[in-house]
Amino acid sequence: MTTQNLQITAAAPDPALLDLPWEVPLEDWPAEVLAALPRGISRHVVRFVRMSGRVIAIKEIGESVAYREYELLRQLRRLDVPSVVPVGVITGRRSPDGEHLEAVLVTEHLQFSLPYRALFSQALRPDTATRLIDALAVLLVRLHLAGFYWGDVSLSNTLFRRDADRFSAYLVDAETGDLHRALSPKQRAYDLDLARTNIIGELMDLAAGELLDEETDEISIGDALVSRYSELWNALTFAEAFQADERWRVAARIDQLNNLGFDVGELEITTDIDGTSVRIQPKVVDAGHHSRRLLRLTGLDVQENQARRMLNDLDSFRAASDRQGDEEEFVAHDWLRLVFEPTISAVPRDLRRKLEPAQLFHEILDHRWFVSEQARRDVPMVEATHSYVENVLRHRPDEKAILGLAPGESPIEGEDELGGQGAGDELFG
Amino acid sequence: MATVTFDHSTRVYPGTERPAVDQLNLHIEDGEFLVLVGPSGCGKSTSLRMLAGLEDVNGGHIFIGERDVTDVQPKDRDIAMVFQNYALYPHMSVADNMGFALKIAGTPKAEIRQRVEEAAKILDLTEYLDRKPKALSGGQRQRVAMGRAIVRQPQVFLMDEPLSNLDAKLRVQTRTQIASLQRRLGVTTVYVTHDQTEALTMGDRIAVLNAGILQQVGTPREMYDKPSNVFVAGFIGSPAMNIGHFTVTDGKVSVGAADIPLERSIADKITEADAGKITLGFRPEALDVVGSGTAGAFDVEVNLVEELGSDAFVYGSLKSKVGAGDLGAGDSNQVIVRIDPRNVPAKGETISVAIQAGQTHAFSASTGERLS
Repeated sequence: MTTQNLQITAAAPDPALLDLPWEVPLEDWPAEVLAALPRGISRHVVRFVRMSGRVIAIKEIGESVAYREYELLRQLRRLDVPSVVPVGVITGRRSPDGEHLEAVLVTEHLQFSLPYRALFSQALRPDTATRLIDALAVLLVRLHLAGFYWGDVSLSNTLFRRDADRFSAYLVDAETGDLHRALSPKQRAYDLDLARTNIIGELMDLAAGELLDEETDEISIGDALVSRYSELWNALTFAEAFQADERWRVAARIDQLNNLGFDVGELEITTDIDGTSVRIQPKVVDAGHHSRRLLRLTGLDVQENQARRMLNDLDSFRAASDRQGDEEEFVAHDWLRLVFEPTISAVPRDLRRKLEPAQLFHEILDHRWFVSEQARRDVPMVEATHSYVENVLRHRPDEKAILGLAPGESPIEGEDELGGQGAGDELFG
Repeated sequence: MATVTFDHSTRVYPGTERPAVDQLNLHIEDGEFLVLVGPSGCGKSTSLRMLAGLEDVNGGHIFIGERDVTDVQPKDRDIAMVFQNYALYPHMSVADNMGFALKIAGTPKAEIRQRVEEAAKILDLTEYLDRKPKALSGGQRQRVAMGRAIVRQPQVFLMDEPLSNLDAKLRVQTRTQIASLQRRLGVTTVYVTHDQTEALTMGDRIAVLNAGILQQVGTPREMYDKPSNVFVAGFIGSPAMNIGHFTVTDGKVSVGAADIPLERSIADKITEADAGKITLGFRPEALDVVGSGTAGAFDVEVNLVEELGSDAFVYGSLKSKVGAGDLGAGDSNQVIVRIDPRNVPAKGETISVAIQAGQTHAFSASTGERLS
C-alpha cells in the first residue's frame, strides 16, 4: 500500500485541512463532511465542506493549473480586486491502492454571497438582471484597470453580494485569467465580447429552464453589459481638455469619479506651451471611495453602496442633531453608538445572521421610509426595526451560506423546485 | 480555409529588453495542424495570442490567407479559440448548447440547425442532439465544446493548452479525438502545448520555440531524427537524449574506451571557437547492453528502472570515464538506457553499454548547431 505524501501550499494553513479525506476522489466524499454540492454542470468536480466554523470550496484540477490559479487569486487580493480568498493547494494525493488523485485548489466560501441562479429563482424585483449586470460591469472595469484579462467572464464565474439596493460582484474562477502590466484595447474588447456571449448563453439557459420571465430579452441584457462597461470605462479614463480659466473642472471631475465610487490615485494634468489650455486624465483610480471613508470614520468595513447609504444616514444624523460644526469623526462615533449599534442589537440574535449587519441596516432604513409613508408620520428607528423584524426578516431565507444543493439532492432534476434556498437553511439553521 | 503566416512577427513587452517573440517567420499550410511547443516562457502562447489579436504586434506582420490581420480586432479575424468556454448549460439541449453563439449572431434558425447537425455528425453526437448535457459522458461533453467552435466555421482553430485542466484519463482520450477530428475537418489549426509528447503525437508539423526564438520546424519524425540544434535535441524525445561535451583529438572522439572517428564533413565544421570540443548526443534506444569488457563499452550503475510494459529504461550513473564530464539526459547527470523489458537489471547493478554505430548526433560545442 502506498501512503499519501500530501503537499499543502497555503499562506496560513489550517490544521483541520489534514482531517479531510484526501485519499478519496472528491466525487465520492461522504455526505457527512459535505456542506453542499454545486449546482449545474461544472467542468471540474467541486464540493463545499465545513471546516473550523467556515465553509470552504474544494475543486479538483490539474496541479500546474491549481498553483497558477492560487497565485493569481493571491495577486488579485493584493490588488484589492473583489475575489474569493484562496486557502491553498493540495497535491500528492493517493488512494489507498496507490492511484494518483488530482490536485485540489481550496478557496474560502464568500459569506452572504449569492450565485446568480439562486437570485433568478427567487421572487425578486424585475430589474434583478439589470442590477447584476451593473455589478458585473463594475467588477470587469476594476479587473481591467488592474491589468487582469479574465478570459471567461460569466455569471457563473461570479458571486454576488447584496450591497444596499444593488449588488456587488466577486470573481470566483480565475482559471483562464492572466495578469498583465496593462491591457490593450483589443484585449479588453475581446474579454467584453466573451462576457456578452457567455451572459446571453446563461440567460438563454435560464429561459430554457423556465427560470426567467418570458418577457426578458437575453440579448439586450448582454448588450447592456457592453454599454455599462463602456460608459464606466470612459468616465474613469477619458482625457478632457479645457481653458485654463475653467480650473473648477478639475474638482468637478474628481467629484464625478467619487460619485461613481472611485478615488483618484493619480491625475495627469498637462498644459500647452502658452498655458491657455489644460488637459486632465485620471491615471490611477481606486474603487471603494465610500467604503474607505466609512471605514476611516467608524471602523466599519462594508461594501461600497452600503457605505454610501450609511454615510447618508450619518449626514441626516448630523443635521438632525445640529452638529454641523463638530468634527466629523466625533459625530460618526456618536452615530455608531446611538444609531447603528442599537438598531442591529434590536434584531433578535437568531434572525440577525440571515443578512450582513450593514445590509440589515440598509433594509431597516428602507423599511422605515416605507412605514413612515404609510403612517404619514416619522416612525422612529426602534419602532421601524421591530416592524421590519416581524413583517420582513422573519420570512426571509438565511443568506449566510447559500451554496447549492444538499448532499443527496439530485443536481439537475431538483433544481427547478429548489428555489433559492439551496442547502444553507438545512445546514446552518 | 486559409494559410497562416507569421512574417518577422515580434512582440516586445513594455519595460523589457528581450522580445517575448523575436522575428518569428512561420508559414502554416491550409488545413495543417501545427503545434507550437517549448518550455514555459518560450513565447509559444504569446505567438498564439498575437495570431488571435490578443497581443500587440510590435514588428512584422501576421496574415490569415492573403489578408494582413496585424491590426484587425480579434472578433473580426475569423478564428475560433476552441475550449475557451466549456461550461455546458444544463437546461439547454445539446443542439442549443452548440448553436447558441450563432443564435446571438442572428443566424437564421434553419441554418443553425443545419450547421449543428453537420457538426454533430462529425462529432458522433447526432443521437444526443435533443437531449440535455447531463445525459453525456465526460468525453462527449468535451466534444460538445468542440462543436461550439466548429459550427462557427472559422478559418483557423486556435487551442492554447486545451488539455491542461483535464484529468489524466480524459487528457489522453481528448488528445486523440482532437487530432482525428482536425484531420476530418481539415481546418487549419494552431495548437500550443509545453508537452513534447502531446506535440509529437498530434502535430502534422511541430515548431519548437525557446527564449522567443523559433528553433526548428518540421514533422515529428524530422524533429526526432534530425534535431537542428542541441536545444531541440534535448527537448524533443521522452525520455530525453543523452548529451555531453567531448574532446576531439586527431579527428576522433574518445567515448569510453572506444575512439569514434568523426566523419570528414563533421570534423571540417569544427571551428576555433569550439576549442577542440564537440557536443555529442545519443538517444536511450541508441545504446546496447553488451558484455563487460566489450570494446567501446562504458559502465553505468543502475539507479532506477522505469518499466513501461512495452519498454524499460535504466536511469544510471556513469562508472567509467567516457571522455565527457557533463554527460547526462535532460537536467540530470544520469545516463538513460533503453533495455529489454524482459531482462531488467536490479537497482545497484552495473551494466556495460555501447553506442550503436551511426546513432550519434553531433553539434557544435560553441553554437549548439547541428554538424551532421
